[in-house]
Amino acid sequence: MMNTLLKLHDVHTHIGQYHILQGVNFEAMEGQVSVLLGRNGAGKTTTLKTIMGLTPASQGDVQFQMQSIKKSPTHKVAKLGIGYVPENQGIFSDLTVEENMKVAMRKEDTAAMERQQYVLELFPDLKKFWKKAGGHLSGGQKQMLSMARAFINDSQLILIDEPSKGLAPIVVEKVMEAIVEMKKQTSIVLVEQNFMMASRIGDTYTLIDDGKTVHSGNMKELIQNEELKRKYLGIG
Amino acid sequence: MELIVNLVINGLATGMLIFLLAAGLTLIFGLMDVLNFAHGGLFVWGAYAGIFTYMYTESFLIGIIGALVAGAILGLLTEKFIITPVYGNHIQQILITLGLMLVLQEMIKVVFGPNGVSVKTPSYLAGSWEFGDVIIIKYRLFIIVVGFVIFGIFQYMLKRTKIGLIVRAGVQDKEMAQALGIHIKQVFLYVFMVGATLAALSGMLMAPYSGVIYAEMGMEYAILGFIVVVIGGMGSFSGSLLAAILVGLAGSFMAYYVPVLSLAVNMILMAIVLIFRPQGLFTIGKERST
Repeated sequence: MMNTLLKLHDVHTHIGQYHILQGVNFEAMEGQVSVLLGRNGAGKTTTLKTIMGLTPASQGDVQFQMQSIKKSPTHKVAKLGIGYVPENQGIFSDLTVEENMKVAMRKEDTAAMERQQYVLELFPDLKKFWKKAGGHLSGGQKQMLSMARAFINDSQLILIDEPSKGLAPIVVEKVMEAIVEMKKQTSIVLVEQNFMMASRIGDTYTLIDDGKTVHSGNMKELIQNEELKRKYLGIG
Repeated sequence: MELIVNLVINGLATGMLIFLLAAGLTLIFGLMDVLNFAHGGLFVWGAYAGIFTYMYTESFLIGIIGALVAGAILGLLTEKFIITPVYGNHIQQILITLGLMLVLQEMIKVVFGPNGVSVKTPSYLAGSWEFGDVIIIKYRLFIIVVGFVIFGIFQYMLKRTKIGLIVRAGVQDKEMAQALGIHIKQVFLYVFMVGATLAALSGMLMAPYSGVIYAEMGMEYAILGFIVVVIGGMGSFSGSLLAAILVGLAGSFMAYYVPVLSLAVNMILMAIVLIFRPQGLFTIGKERST
């Protein structure tokens, strides 16, 4: 029986005067890739930011490992064991690849070094460009660095926002392989527009439309449900 | 040749004092996105606290420590009670820090009296060395050395230590730094305190250099600090050093060769930089999250 790692219950989020999330319900299970799907502007990125405390929820609750993190500041959420790979990758462009990794590493112990070794094997390009400034990396390399950085700490859950965005198909393939590999050691919440990618690596899905959860279930069921895909994702 | 050497030393010494003032300003702006117009107030309080400690203890070193402590305490109080409520709002920051600047300036008059205080250079730093026609004033050389040492320490800290990495990361993307587990508000506070301490140190070192301290000197030098930050590039530590040296040297040479332009030269330099390189001589890779 899998445990619920993350639970969002009737989450509402306001950004300025805008009511962005208007009732998001979502669960991420341990050891799975849980995918958030929806059209552009549906509220997927805001959902991840709300989990991280970057755009705190104004109503409802966010629980991680059965504890409410709704009011926790972002740095505490991260320290609880949630890694974050934002849509824009969030690379510190003036810092080298090495420095980007080092700044993310909260404890420089043997375990962290082993994880670093592991991600460098997963993303050999990072080793190649170890001393290169983050700003000089290609889009794919930035994505890999961002994922590696989120993985460097002993995170129980990693939130990944649109990892395939703007990348060449061959790079998307590499990113997908990396997520599958990372899944062996951590749980993942994935926001992805590329349904082909999402359906290949996702275990469960949650559909968000206009800031509300409209459907959720097993990914295999969604793959076969043409009506849902047409109605909420505009495909099929 | 001797004249050039003397002018260079004068310019470098002035530049280093401005650098110490501007370095705090640029750190505070670069990391915290805070326009701190009260920086001159921290400078003048550093000068008064340091000099009165120096006069009381008769130790210049203890005077410097007094200035640093005053800067750190004022920095702590300013960040906690004045800056924290106005993060993210530049207009409010300008208004409230300008107000604080005036309060700090007037408080100097209340606490230390309205008249200027003359300051003597400590005996071991007074006088000069003469090498032919080249006269090196000891205290100016001392300021130059202190300036470069401080620059070296900060460069080392920013480039080679984890704390420096955190600060540089925070300058570029605050949201991401937080998402990596960095308590950015605490980092803000420390950076503000360090910036205030640098301003106070600058004020303390300026005192024997100018020979007199007075309440209004904070505002006068703060303007130079802002010019240096604009020329050097907002948030760039190295840019501040280069710009401060430029401003110091330009002031020194102009005062000798074209005295009529000596007061305007800083503005002219800033205008030239703004026309041809509005982002300043050095830029940092700042990425704002959307």
